[in-house]
Amino acid sequence: MIEIRFHGRGGQGAVTSAELMAQTAIQRGKYAQAFPSFGPERRGAPVTAFLRISDKPIRVREKVYKPDVVVVLDPTVMNVTKVDAGLKPDGFLLVNTHRDGADLRKQYGFTQKIATLDAMSIAMEILNVPITNTVMLGVFAKILGEATPDDVREPFLNRFGATLASKNQAAFEKAYAESKLEAS
Amino acid sequence: MAKPIGLEVSLAVSEAVRLCDCDVVAAYPITPQTHIVEHLSELVANGHLNAAYIPVESEQSAMSSCIGSSAAGARTFTATSSQGLALMNEMLYIAPVLRTPIVMAIANRALSAPINIWNDHSDIMSVRDAGWVGLFAENGQEALDLTIVSFRVAEDRQVSLPVTLNIDGFTLSHFIEPILLPTLEEVAAYLPPFKPLVKLDIAKPISMGLLGTPESYAESRKATDDVLLGSLSVIKKAFAEFHKAFGREYKAVETYKSDDAETVLLTMGSISETAMTAVDEMREKGEKVGLVRLRVWRPFPSEDFLQAVSKAKNLAVIDRHISLGVPFGPVCLEAKSLLYDAPARPSVTNFILGLGGRDVTREDFKEITQKAKALSGKSQSRFDLIGVWE
Repeated sequence: MIEIRFHGRGGQGAVTSAELMAQTAIQRGKYAQAFPSFGPERRGAPVTAFLRISDKPIRVREKVYKPDVVVVLDPTVMNVTKVDAGLKPDGFLLVNTHRDGADLRKQYGFTQKIATLDAMSIAMEILNVPITNTVMLGVFAKILGEATPDDVREPFLNRFGATLASKNQAAFEKAYAESKLEAS
Repeated sequence: MAKPIGLEVSLAVSEAVRLCDCDVVAAYPITPQTHIVEHLSELVANGHLNAAYIPVESEQSAMSSCIGSSAAGARTFTATSSQGLALMNEMLYIAPVLRTPIVMAIANRALSAPINIWNDHSDIMSVRDAGWVGLFAENGQEALDLTIVSFRVAEDRQVSLPVTLNIDGFTLSHFIEPILLPTLEEVAAYLPPFKPLVKLDIAKPISMGLLGTPESYAESRKATDDVLLGSLSVIKKAFAEFHKAFGREYKAVETYKSDDAETVLLTMGSISETAMTAVDEMREKGEKVGLVRLRVWRPFPSEDFLQAVSKAKNLAVIDRHISLGVPFGPVCLEAKSLLYDAPARPSVTNFILGLGGRDVTREDFKEITQKAKALSGKSQSRFDLIGVWE
């Protein structure tokens, strides 16, 4: 089982990210579970969402305290939340930022492997909105090997409808092509 | 073969109501039940469910409308949470005695004050004596399956009582999980059309809900209690036939590794899954611990419960509600009162956790197991509140 925690701000699609990845995993025949950190949802406030993917039925409903992977949809969240809290020593951080991993390590003291991508630029270029979730899912899918562009086609279509789905598909694919993990 | 889809549990409940070809939905939205009724209103508006959706102005009106529509012979559904359930209170006590088989999903949430939108069981516990059948789901598939079972039990002519299907707010209702959707045909084969015991019909007028004088009130209440207690056999039959039709088995009292367990934990609802994993982890370290879960809360499945726990040395009863002014929680009180007359009884301890959405973790169940063992044979003067700040 892998456990993933998403950090973002209300409106950026952290919850949708976790949901889409769960739906993709379930479609691929795996077991998965996605849920938000429930609170009074406010646009712009830090939000957390959780995802578990497993080959066996998942029988645990507690929050994810020791994630294998942390996905950061908004770089400013790192200033107010300890996003690597509980992250396993051999885990990964996938961060939307124009900076590089070494730079983040220096500022935040991260010790795990990091993949960075300027997801905001891709989102603005392809989607024309500052919503980075499907871009960061491209990073996630590539680094974790949990989904291919073909796998997400149907979940995106169900979620966004034809027009928006094709834009999100393009954003996902660009991120998928460009992502790589930095050595720690 | 059908493939599971990733679906939010709330929507799975709405889809189950569609598959049951429900006739009337009367509901008022409240967090965390909202997604259930929003999706039902979409299903009705888009023509996927041929039902009347009544957007009422309050929960008191929702339950009043449900009683009316059920009495008129319509298959009826509603859903609520917390303060919404509280606002229904006076109508909740009326529906069972009128024998109106309404199905109500409760996305369980804490009662105010302090105001809190998160999960515990204080809402359902506040209406435990109202006369409704009460079922608890532990995961999304169960929430869907038990919605279908609820209609079948409610409308059975031996029962004809309303049913609450309890799904933990957020920690179950808002999870995306793999869910198998049965077909309309499969559900129709399991759930016969609703044929009410009595109904409001202008061609054959009757009166319902008349004054219960001192000469008849007690008999009416007792008659309703007889039917509610008797509904357990119908529930078990509905579970058995569900198993035959859909291949998924449910029991009034579910057990997990409890046969040879020295310490047994007793739970209700979606924390049971986390508890099962905690039991697995403790078993790996040689701890003789097991789990018993109440799927049916009302009528209380007394014999099944006693059978499930009687061999244990320690029974740790877990409550999700403080019964203010009483030293133990409501589930513990049931357990203790039933065990009082048992020839051999375990040492009973009571733990309350997960109030107002406080996360319930595997570690909590491990702590409870150790505490229950330490208290074995001793008397506990009051419940122990787990996972609190000190």
